[in-house]
Amino acid sequence: MLDNNYFIRYLPLLIQVGVGIALAAVMVTLSHLLGKHKWTPAKNSPYECGITPTGDAQGRFSVKFYMVAMLFILFDVEAVFLYPWAVIARKLGMFGFWEMLVYIGLVLVGFFYIWKKGMIDWNKPERNEA
Amino acid sequence: MLHQVLFIVFGAICVAGAINLVAQRHPINSALSLVVVMGSLALIYLLLGAEFVAAVQVIVYAGAIMVLFVFVIMLLNAGAEERTQGSRIAVLIGGPGVAVLTGVIVWTVMRNSQQFGGVLIGSMVEQGQDNTHGIANLLFKDFLLPFEVTSVLILIAIMGAVVLAARKESV
Amino acid sequence: MDTQTFLIAAIIKIALVAFLLLTGVAYTTWLERKIIGRIQNRWGPTRVGPFGLLQPLADGIKFILKEDMVPDNVHKGLYILAPMLALSMALISIAVIPFGETITVNGTQTALQITGVPQPGQPHPGDINIGLLIILGVTSIGVYGIALAGWSSNSKYALLGSLRASAQMISYELALGLSLVGVLILAGSFSLRAIVDSQAGAWFWHIPRWYIFPQLIAFFVYLMAAYAETNRIPFDLPEAETELVAGYHTEYSAMKFAMFFMAEYLNMITVSCIATLLFFGGWHGPLFGPPLLQSLLPVFWFAAKIFVFMFVYIWIRGTLPRFRYDQLMAFGWKFLLPLAIANIIVTSFIVAVWGHS
Repeated sequence: MLDNNYFIRYLPLLIQVGVGIALAAVMVTLSHLLGKHKWTPAKNSPYECGITPTGDAQGRFSVKFYMVAMLFILFDVEAVFLYPWAVIARKLGMFGFWEMLVYIGLVLVGFFYIWKKGMIDWNKPERNEA
Repeated sequence: MLHQVLFIVFGAICVAGAINLVAQRHPINSALSLVVVMGSLALIYLLLGAEFVAAVQVIVYAGAIMVLFVFVIMLLNAGAEERTQGSRIAVLIGGPGVAVLTGVIVWTVMRNSQQFGGVLIGSMVEQGQDNTHGIANLLFKDFLLPFEVTSVLILIAIMGAVVLAARKESV
Repeated sequence: MDTQTFLIAAIIKIALVAFLLLTGVAYTTWLERKIIGRIQNRWGPTRVGPFGLLQPLADGIKFILKEDMVPDNVHKGLYILAPMLALSMALISIAVIPFGETITVNGTQTALQITGVPQPGQPHPGDINIGLLIILGVTSIGVYGIALAGWSSNSKYALLGSLRASAQMISYELALGLSLVGVLILAGSFSLRAIVDSQAGAWFWHIPRWYIFPQLIAFFVYLMAAYAETNRIPFDLPEAETELVAGYHTEYSAMKFAMFFMAEYLNMITVSCIATLLFFGGWHGPLFGPPLLQSLLPVFWFAAKIFVFMFVYIWIRGTLPRFRYDQLMAFGWKFLLPLAIANIIVTSFIVAVWGHS
């Protein structure tokens, strides 16, 4: 019976995933089959405003991008804890408010620390030339 | 019936992803295999009825931690590993070692399967009860202290990240 | 209702929704070109069909017939995987979005939602419990499409664009996720249907109980973060033509290029759906007329609200200039994130004091 079967309501989601992937695959394949293929070395070189590409495209990049990704994980974990709390916040009442204030407060200390340290300033020069 | 089929399918995808992760030589392929593993794990959680955990698995592991992995690979411009001859000892001991280990685990599970009891797939969902509320009630009432300690953990991790990333300035 | 009927109904719904969605995407591009044209005192497309209405069709044919290039030295597997990933992730989110109550066709009752289950004897159909979380999860996977596109292209512009895009998307994902917490506190569920149902009715006499009124700040944060998530003006740094050619899809051509665009427009629609469901009462609106009209009006209201959001998207594109990258990061981390957290604290305090309902 439908009501007792928990997973059944996720089956359409699985079908949708399948349809999404299939649609994308069909588009790529169709475009590959229908489009013409006239490749020349100049056309196939990476675009660099018409001049011959210089150097390798995959250099090393600023550590700031890495920093952003790291901080993102940490705050994402914080957010994930906030979700289940939010759905029962009404039932928890004042107690829920205080327990979350302590939690958010501690994480905010970390937030202001990275703020003061300039970790989220993109203007800050990357290294001090000394 | 359907549940068993889906479990086997997701399990197979998970194991295939894990094997591919080890077998691939380019780090970005390995990282993406790990994303597949995380995704199929989430689906297995979903099969068991752990909806919230499944969603969090995708949001945190596949969506945040693996993004960092991919970022690092992109930033460091890490190329494919070079194939070495490999040590003879690894081949001699590794293969049989894996077989023995798998055998021991399977044997233990089979032997004690009575004690474990069978987990009915989807049985973790109480009828009509959203299990997110169940998790929330446990987390914010019974296990309040561990939860609050998590924030200290996050704080320490933030400081650690800053110290690691800012180290070169002092040098 | 047995499983088989349910699955057949689901497949029909998926096909219908996919068709409508892709048509919607095609005509959003038409609408955008028309409106931007009018804003800039031009006509926009006029040649193909009346008012240029067949322009999207012509574009589609052209996209699929164009030369499908794969530049030298790309990481070929990932180069092809990236647009597929972007498009399929954008398509998945729509499965959990409810766009009405139920509809009865040929004696079979079905929910107006791909994952909805009609419950006999109850007014509201059942919904999956974690609809909102699924959308957040799918959004977070969508980052890979863009990151991999730039990385695998072996082009400097593409790599710079994708790095910018992924750093921007993960930064604003935080503000986006946290802005939803205020609504979750008020609604007490992740189920999108439950969130919409808790907004039914009216305060005082005629003010609808939409969460936009108590959660105005959250809505502002959500809207800003959502614009950044979809890489739209004023946050379209990843595809800033003046400095990066076309950003992460510089090296893409033909349908693969179009797929990134479709993904972007699909994400715009999803974002508008979430805004409608969470802040504007979903499909709720005045109902009148005969029973058939009454069962179709909710869908109309839902579509109308989404249309307004799409219009605002385009309007803003025609109005605002682009941020600078450091301003963009500062805006996300130093303004939206603290604002979202402050909103959570204030909301939970008010709910804790007065909210025992």
